[in-house]
Amino acid sequence: MLFSNYDPLKGKMLQVLDKDGKVVNKDLEPNLSNKVLLEMYRMMLLGRIADLKAVQFQRQGRMLTFAPNKGQEAAQVGTMMAMKKTDRLVPAFRELSAMLTHGVTLEQTYLYWFGNERGSHFDEDVNVLPVNITIGAQVNHAAGIAYALKLQKKKDVVVTFIGEGGTSHGEFHEGLNFAGIFDLPVIVVIQNNQWAISTPRAKATKSETLAQKAIAYGIAGIQVDGNDPLAMYVAASEAAKRARNGEGPTLIEAVTYRLGSHTTSDDPSIYRKEEEVAEWETKEPLIRFKNYLIEKNIWSEAKDEKLSEELNTFILETFKIVEKSTVSLAEIFDYTFETRTPQLDEQYLELKEFFEEEGI
Amino acid sequence: MTLMNILEAINKTIDQQMEKDESIVVFGEDTGFVGGVFRATAGLQKKYGVERVFDMPIAEAAIIGSGIGMAVAGLKPIAEIQFSGFILPGYNQVVAHAARLRNRSRGKYHVPMVIRMPYGGGVKALEHHSESLDVLFGHIPGLKLVVPSTPYDAKGLLASAIQDPDPVIFMEPKRIYRAFKQEVPEEEYYIPLGKAKVVNPGTDITVVAWGPFIREVQKAMKLLENDHISVELIDLRTISPIDEETIVESVKKTGRLLVVHEAYKSFGPGAEIISLINEKAFVYLQAPPARLAGADITVPLPRGEHYFMITDKKIAREIKKIMKFIP
Repeated sequence: MLFSNYDPLKGKMLQVLDKDGKVVNKDLEPNLSNKVLLEMYRMMLLGRIADLKAVQFQRQGRMLTFAPNKGQEAAQVGTMMAMKKTDRLVPAFRELSAMLTHGVTLEQTYLYWFGNERGSHFDEDVNVLPVNITIGAQVNHAAGIAYALKLQKKKDVVVTFIGEGGTSHGEFHEGLNFAGIFDLPVIVVIQNNQWAISTPRAKATKSETLAQKAIAYGIAGIQVDGNDPLAMYVAASEAAKRARNGEGPTLIEAVTYRLGSHTTSDDPSIYRKEEEVAEWETKEPLIRFKNYLIEKNIWSEAKDEKLSEELNTFILETFKIVEKSTVSLAEIFDYTFETRTPQLDEQYLELKEFFEEEGI
Repeated sequence: MTLMNILEAINKTIDQQMEKDESIVVFGEDTGFVGGVFRATAGLQKKYGVERVFDMPIAEAAIIGSGIGMAVAGLKPIAEIQFSGFILPGYNQVVAHAARLRNRSRGKYHVPMVIRMPYGGGVKALEHHSESLDVLFGHIPGLKLVVPSTPYDAKGLLASAIQDPDPVIFMEPKRIYRAFKQEVPEEEYYIPLGKAKVVNPGTDITVVAWGPFIREVQKAMKLLENDHISVELIDLRTISPIDEETIVESVKKTGRLLVVHEAYKSFGPGAEIISLINEKAFVYLQAPPARLAGADITVPLPRGEHYFMITDKKIAREIKKIMKFIP
């Protein structure tokens, strides 16, 4: 029902909260407990501060290249809060907030961006695939997982993320097409953050909306204000419900904005205007959600300050642990196969001897 | 003569070629407006317009596949793949089409396209940004594979690659993109493809390398200064087709061979070069020909990458080992 009211061809975007946090769509305001609402906010704030800190650490030469998710917290947290722990997350590479929300620890995500593979070894019960750098490949993985879940008669759902730039890629089409044919329980969230490095949204596709691509695949599609966590929650909940009922995949276009750089190696001032960024700053997700919570009398500026401080301390402590991490020589050989081949044994021993001689 | 680094040499070459040949088009991800993530094509869109220098959607199969189409229709495409590790979605187009079209059509069609891409490790990069996929191209009939090691070579080799009537993979050693500058002639010049260069003549051991490893071998030679080992250093320049003559003649003289590359050891370019020596200079060998190559593991993320990197010290040690060999 929800999706039929938001025909992507009619240019209607689902929104619950406006940019100031006022409820503009009372009927769709999800009935969430204060606890859940506050958890949602906490995850968004953690995603934001962890992101800002990562950029700062990188600037200090303490962290490697990092892909900031600043501005996209609502699209990610809103979606993942609507999922169950057993649902699967298949991220691209700008999904810090989504990964944290679905159970990846901050230490793990930081380890990854610190250049340590152990950052992709998540805890046993955390159903998240590692960061995927190669554009679009994750859509096929998500479809494959969804196929397996369906075959195994599980009621779990797969969520994957891609950027609007990534939709240019063949694998986006391939994955969605496959998912559509087999009515697979998969949700593909396009974070339309307006920029693919220096390539603007207009050069990613001639389509009026990204959501309308769903029509060609014969699946449900909806355009959502991606900076509105409640709208994202509502859309993702509905998509998950449909998926669990065997009604197939959903394509969600989350209209958002990459407030930061593509990665810390990128300088967006070369290709986009300050005014554009400034305008999106006013529409960013944390302001509106905080206002909403304050309006509901479950949050205050004082509490906000206290939580920010807490998170800040937590982040700094976590990074201290991450910074001490090292990788052993054996480790880089041990995960090529289940067991080392004779060649790998030989190559490992050669290097071991070399580094021992060098006293490293 | 002008002082240039490798990136500047590449930029200058494309500029000169575009100026005299209107059929040249330049495209890839972010190659137009900002001139690529490394700025190799910076300024070209402004000079030659958005029709000849443009941004492609993020889709490597589209970049290479449409490049083939353009080439068939009379354009000369210079495509950029942002990082060599990203070419894989376009690999089908490279192998199944670009490399074969001349043969399949018995010469009716051919693909005068250059596919440029930064490659290699050592820059503390993210996953898929550090690969050396040399053999993925060297192995394929119909493809040429060129790797410059200096600004001078980058300019002369790229000019030849652009003029070449067949598809050329031009792998650029990003680690030394801006590492050093060199006096490079402003005017056009061409370094022939398929010809190696003896960078340093010597008599005791032949070392074959390319790209960033020319400098590493030179550093290793400094480390060995007191060991009185005379190294003949060969810069392959073109990996495929390989310059058999230069390598074979050198090994006939020195009797010893070390091949240095960062590409994985097993089935790597070193295996090809050593086979060549076994076939054509076997009786001249005074020690088993050896290779120093990347271990057969996924290039580690930066915290473990130092183990993987081929360094001057590793090269010097390997050279000494070979020199100590007694039959």
